[in-house]
Amino acid sequence: MLSVSQRVTAVLFCSPRFRQASDRMLGFLKEPVVVTAKINVSLVALTVMGLMSRLWRLCYPRAVVFDEVYYGQFVSLYMKRIFFVDDSGPPFGHMLLALGGYLGGFDGNFLWNRIGAEYSINVPVWTLRLLPALAGALCVPLAYQILAELHFSHCAALGAALLILLENSLITQSRFMLLESILIFFILLAVLSYLKFYNLQKHSSFSGSWWFWLLLTGVACSCAVGVKYMGLFTYMLLLATAGLHFWHMIGDQNLSNVSLLCHFLARALALIIIPMGLYLSFFYVHLALLYRSGPHDQIMTSAFQASLEGGLARITQGQPLEVAYGSQITLRNVLGKPMQCWLHSHTNTYPIRYENGRGSSHQQQVTCYPFKDVNNWWIVKDPGMQQLVVSNPPRPVRHGHIVQLVHGITTRYLNTHDVAAPLSPHSQEVSCYIDYNISMPAQNLWRVEIVNRESDTDVWKTILSEVRFVHVNTSAVLKLSGASLPEWGYRQLEVVGEKLSKGYHQSMLWNVEEHRYGKSQEQKEREVELHSPTQMDISKNLSFMAKFTELQWKILTLKNEDTEHKYSSSALDWITMDTNIAYWLHPTSGAQIHLLGNVATWASANAAALLYLCLSLWYLLRRRRRIYDIPEDAWQLWMAAGGICGGGWAVNYLPFFLMEKTLFLYHYLPAVTFQILLIPVVLQHLSDHLCRSVLLKSMFSALVVAWFSWVYFVYCTFSPLTYGQPALAPAELRALRWKDTWNILIRKQ
Amino acid sequence: MAPPSPPAPLPPAGRARSQRRVPWRRRRSSPSRPALRARRLRAPHGRDCIPRRAPRPAALRPSMRRARRGAARGGCPRMPPRQREPRRGPGAPPRPAPPAATRPAALALVTLLSFASRFHRLREPPHVCWDETHFGKMGSYYINRTFFFDVHPPLGKMLIGLAGYLSGYDGTFPFQKPGDRYEQHNYVGMRGFCAFLGSCLVPFAYLTVLELSKSLPAALLTAFILIFDTGCITLSQYILLDPILMFFLMGAVLSMVKCNSCADRPFSASWWFWLSLTGVSLAGAMGVKFVGLFVVLLVGLNTIYDLWDLLGNLSLSLVMFGKHLLARVLCLIFLPLALYTAMFAVHFAVLNRSGPGDGFFSSAFQSQLIGNNLHNVSVPEHLAYGSVVTMKNLRMAGGYLHSHWHLYPEGVGARQQQVTAYLHKDLNNLWIIKKHDSDTDLSDPSSPVEFVRHGDIIRLEHKETSRNLHSHQHEAPLTRKHFQVTGYGINGTGDSNDFWRIEVVGRRTGQLIKVLRSQVRLTHVATGCVLGSSGKTLPKWGWEQVEVTCTPYLKETPNSLWNFEDHINPKLPNISLDVLKPSFAEILLESHMVMIRGNSGLKPKDNEVTSKPWHWPINYQGLRFSGVNETDYRVYLLGNPVIWWLNLVTIGLYLLITVATAVALKRGVQLTSELKELSRVVLHAGGQITLGWLLHYLPFFMMGRVLYFHHYFPAMLFSSMLTGITWDALLKFCAGFLSPSTTARKVYGGGFLALVLLILYSFYLFHPLSYGMIGPMASHPSSPMAGLRWMDSWEF
Repeated sequence: MLSVSQRVTAVLFCSPRFRQASDRMLGFLKEPVVVTAKINVSLVALTVMGLMSRLWRLCYPRAVVFDEVYYGQFVSLYMKRIFFVDDSGPPFGHMLLALGGYLGGFDGNFLWNRIGAEYSINVPVWTLRLLPALAGALCVPLAYQILAELHFSHCAALGAALLILLENSLITQSRFMLLESILIFFILLAVLSYLKFYNLQKHSSFSGSWWFWLLLTGVACSCAVGVKYMGLFTYMLLLATAGLHFWHMIGDQNLSNVSLLCHFLARALALIIIPMGLYLSFFYVHLALLYRSGPHDQIMTSAFQASLEGGLARITQGQPLEVAYGSQITLRNVLGKPMQCWLHSHTNTYPIRYENGRGSSHQQQVTCYPFKDVNNWWIVKDPGMQQLVVSNPPRPVRHGHIVQLVHGITTRYLNTHDVAAPLSPHSQEVSCYIDYNISMPAQNLWRVEIVNRESDTDVWKTILSEVRFVHVNTSAVLKLSGASLPEWGYRQLEVVGEKLSKGYHQSMLWNVEEHRYGKSQEQKEREVELHSPTQMDISKNLSFMAKFTELQWKILTLKNEDTEHKYSSSALDWITMDTNIAYWLHPTSGAQIHLLGNVATWASANAAALLYLCLSLWYLLRRRRRIYDIPEDAWQLWMAAGGICGGGWAVNYLPFFLMEKTLFLYHYLPAVTFQILLIPVVLQHLSDHLCRSVLLKSMFSALVVAWFSWVYFVYCTFSPLTYGQPALAPAELRALRWKDTWNILIRKQ
Repeated sequence: MAPPSPPAPLPPAGRARSQRRVPWRRRRSSPSRPALRARRLRAPHGRDCIPRRAPRPAALRPSMRRARRGAARGGCPRMPPRQREPRRGPGAPPRPAPPAATRPAALALVTLLSFASRFHRLREPPHVCWDETHFGKMGSYYINRTFFFDVHPPLGKMLIGLAGYLSGYDGTFPFQKPGDRYEQHNYVGMRGFCAFLGSCLVPFAYLTVLELSKSLPAALLTAFILIFDTGCITLSQYILLDPILMFFLMGAVLSMVKCNSCADRPFSASWWFWLSLTGVSLAGAMGVKFVGLFVVLLVGLNTIYDLWDLLGNLSLSLVMFGKHLLARVLCLIFLPLALYTAMFAVHFAVLNRSGPGDGFFSSAFQSQLIGNNLHNVSVPEHLAYGSVVTMKNLRMAGGYLHSHWHLYPEGVGARQQQVTAYLHKDLNNLWIIKKHDSDTDLSDPSSPVEFVRHGDIIRLEHKETSRNLHSHQHEAPLTRKHFQVTGYGINGTGDSNDFWRIEVVGRRTGQLIKVLRSQVRLTHVATGCVLGSSGKTLPKWGWEQVEVTCTPYLKETPNSLWNFEDHINPKLPNISLDVLKPSFAEILLESHMVMIRGNSGLKPKDNEVTSKPWHWPINYQGLRFSGVNETDYRVYLLGNPVIWWLNLVTIGLYLLITVATAVALKRGVQLTSELKELSRVVLHAGGQITLGWLLHYLPFFMMGRVLYFHHYFPAMLFSSMLTGITWDALLKFCAGFLSPSTTARKVYGGGFLALVLLILYSFYLFHPLSYGMIGPMASHPSSPMAGLRWMDSWEF
């Protein structure tokens, strides 16, 4: 433990120090083996207190608390190895929570459906909540160390740690199966390791501990990003800081170009390459763990689904890979929005006149249908030949080939013509052609264009190829419009021929999902064949990178509707803590748990931030006029502390103003952690540089002590809402409602 | 545009340059006196080098003469101190002057070409193209003085209207849809006005680059890029806001740059002129589109940097600094704000008749429009049972409570009649207030009048469909946490879920409810939720009207407050109500809120193919301005691909050069004075332009609204200027490495010429994009554009 006062040196075996380097090799022959350990008792004490505050009665309440209902289901899915997609963030945090379940021997059998539901006996509540609580507890010593590494006094560092220790909101958030405390832990760890690394930089570049802290920075950063994307902002802050520091090194003429390059490469390796690799590895483990198909399958592409055990893979296993003339196929739209669906037709025709008076071709409807159905089967036919079976050897269809698509059950040809589509009048109607002997000839030739082809002679492959069907006569493209048809179309989705095909869009792409080589020339036999499941046995696997890209893309683009929640708030409410979140309420008594910060700390943190800003601006303007109020090294300290703590606050807070998602108070916690670290920075600065006389100094210290007791008092006052016990009477609860906007639940008697 | 006051170092043109280079090189290699003498003899115009003052050509044009006077008065059009410093022996290179006539001639040439390219075939096609349907129509509204609503501030459309008015357009053409023929209507005035402003961009860019880089070739390159870019031409030729926006934007940049170069003689007349012109242009840019905000940011950052510099200058007293600060606050904040407000004042003064935009605004605002039913309104004052009313949501741009025969589709809550909020006035907005417990016919004239009071429980019956306003515990269509609101019951008979408690904000029980004035909340009696409008647009089944829900979260927001606007009750006397006349400040605020709402409401719909910001710099996809089929006259907005890709490559090149230069400087590499000057141009001038490009491009990545290709054009202007500066610096740098001066000159001149020829040839290839194509599509071999469809995503 480094660079702080109050050290206790525990010397296990006393001896003179080693003098010569050459003696070291054989030193143990001459001298006894010695281990010298310095233990910073205050740090140990802080850690213990942190653990106590976070782990105390961790199993209480033995019920689902707030977002445990959300994360719990993922833990269960991990235990059962079932694939899921969570758009709220990358999988590392979920995996850590699941690790808790694994350690406790959780079998995943619990229905996470309601906040407040009692846990059944098989749920290891303690281990599930252990990791977040540990992470929360370790934030306390981390805060101490960060201030120490910023070269602030032991007293200031102690203050920072105690403020974190007594912060009710951090305690609440740490004690349950939630991700924020883990995120904050990794963020603080990253900041600390960078500071350690930077302080080592001056004396011992490329030493062991230099490498250790540099690498740890990268690792902690990628862990933070892996838990929640919010971590990205702190990562960026550290990258920017590292960039700035390196920029100063460039100006250092004492360093040779070669050593500069070495420094640059070391940083690039540790801060960019390793985090990226680690981030990939999270996904690798995630995908390796979850190999069974599950409820979120249909979000993914057919190829992805086929790589999971069960589900689609059961159907598609052993399908022939190459689509040939005579193949029987189902065509899935690649977009998957508003829902996944397959190209479909049925015997019903378009109504002669629509509601708005427009006419139609009155031919057979073609739609996109969101369920598996025998009417989803189509046969690929060579326009030049009559047969509907696959010849031997099969003649594969390639990019650019012209085909006809025959609907399996009705044997009508997929057709489009210059008639307005039912709901999208700017596009062409797509139908299965019925010859009414009017001047409307069949136009049923389609050119197959494989969009993700590697060469122009690529074969059309099951599942893997994304195909565009271009109509030969009108060059319209077969497209899912996304609108759902009225009553006459059974509310199925409309399919149109898009004439103004504006570039690439997934709604115009289709892929073959189920596929078999057709064998029956007779219609009756073929119907039987279409009804029977495909069978044949070859399996096919996606590479990890392909899976990763798809999953990552889905996580980033999948949009949950931004729903209003009873406890959702806007980012502006957070600064003044005008909002709270009720996490849990005892079914009978008034015991309850709220996410509610320590009012004293939050107010002081705001004051400190404001003061910091004003003072910095003042100093900065005065320095510009060559008036130096504080010594240069104090100024450097002041700027560095502001850059890390104030910058940390800003990058973790301001981006929320640009986000269009449902926001909660807990999103502010990483930012407020940094803001709290700013309080002791400002206090020490005030006492060191603005309290000029001894009297002032001692008065200031007295004030600080008084203020600190206030913080402690507030902590004690709100601890019943933090820990959920003891249960308070309605009158006491009412007394705790310090702000009108807080939502404290009071039972009616 | 007044001729700019000349900066100190005049840009070298081809010949003068090489002459300067020779002696400089020689001096480095062998500093012998004969060489120096030789240089002196060959110095342009025979003038000797005057270290403190840039040499002036003897030929005095008027502008030059005036500049000289200014120089004498202002003290110095000299080098700023920094650049004067380098030790310069007697043989130091002179500040080269270009041949006397080059600069004005170049400017004239550039301007002429620009006007020619923009005005060529301006009348074609003689029908409405693309967004002309909007902006032309809005111009007509100004001429007819009818009130309308648009998401952009008014200046651009006012100018279009003015241009139309002056050129004899009478405002009668309906501008219904693209493709409508203008026939006898005079549209050329409006197009000409836009083309005029669009043509000014080129000289502006030319002067800006000249000022920044002091290099004529750089300025010419920029000008050629902009003149021969098909995209810029197309965008300037039609009745659109973009040429007007870009005119003000470039005007602001030019005056900012000019003002910066006047920094050595602050408070001189020209300094004030450029500073206030910056302010005026900023107001103009903001007044055309909110995108103008980005150039405001650019100027703001530049000003902060400038002030910071001044603050560090200890020879400047704090009082002087205060004067500097005050001057900037005055010219760059107060002046634009005043102009911006004035614009709106004119806007509201001109548009005083009721029109299609009324419904977007509050009842109080509407009461000011002639012809609106709230103008000099005379209605029964207090609400009574049996009254027929319309209810308007109090959120800015909130709609009227509306219902129609259509039902919610299957899967969206209960299959009952839709209730929405609708922004336009319509018979379906009418509701009848009824008692919750009795169904007596209140229209009977003999029955006594009974007023509705605060706290009463009422029923609202939709007048057209006779269904009651109803809510229940089904989830609302979009805001899933709220309850669905429907129309329910037959001929007014429903169930207990049709009961609503009516409450007025800030009133006590029993008080009457005033039309227009009272802010009313409707609480659903059975579930306790509050009727509100979520502001989200329903999908097609809901006719893209706004969702109405019943929110169980009792937060006090305007979303859940309503006022009664129309009120019909034959039994009550009509009283002339003096509706609270909103103050100008309130109108201003309201119209801004409505505009911002409207802007963020332009969300892309599902499955719609929209343009993405990353498409733009690579010229991925254009916009169809006119014509689809082979027989149509087709105009396609697409940048000249050669130019755009050159711009794109240049950005990468510029980054490389900047990093290399910055690192070299930081490492303390000794540079020759020429290279120092070059690196200053690259870092400082290039940095300013790059900042402009970033500010006009990056924010689009964060925007949720629908984006179009033409949003990139302001950024493209900056990108083109950067190209000019970068290539000039790059060629100079390359030429600097070649020792024989002739080779260096050849490389430099050749490179420049090659770029210009490339631009010209590509323009020759792609000019039909702007000037119109008829005949087969590009995929057909006989088309003039055959073989030029280099990307599949282009559609011509």
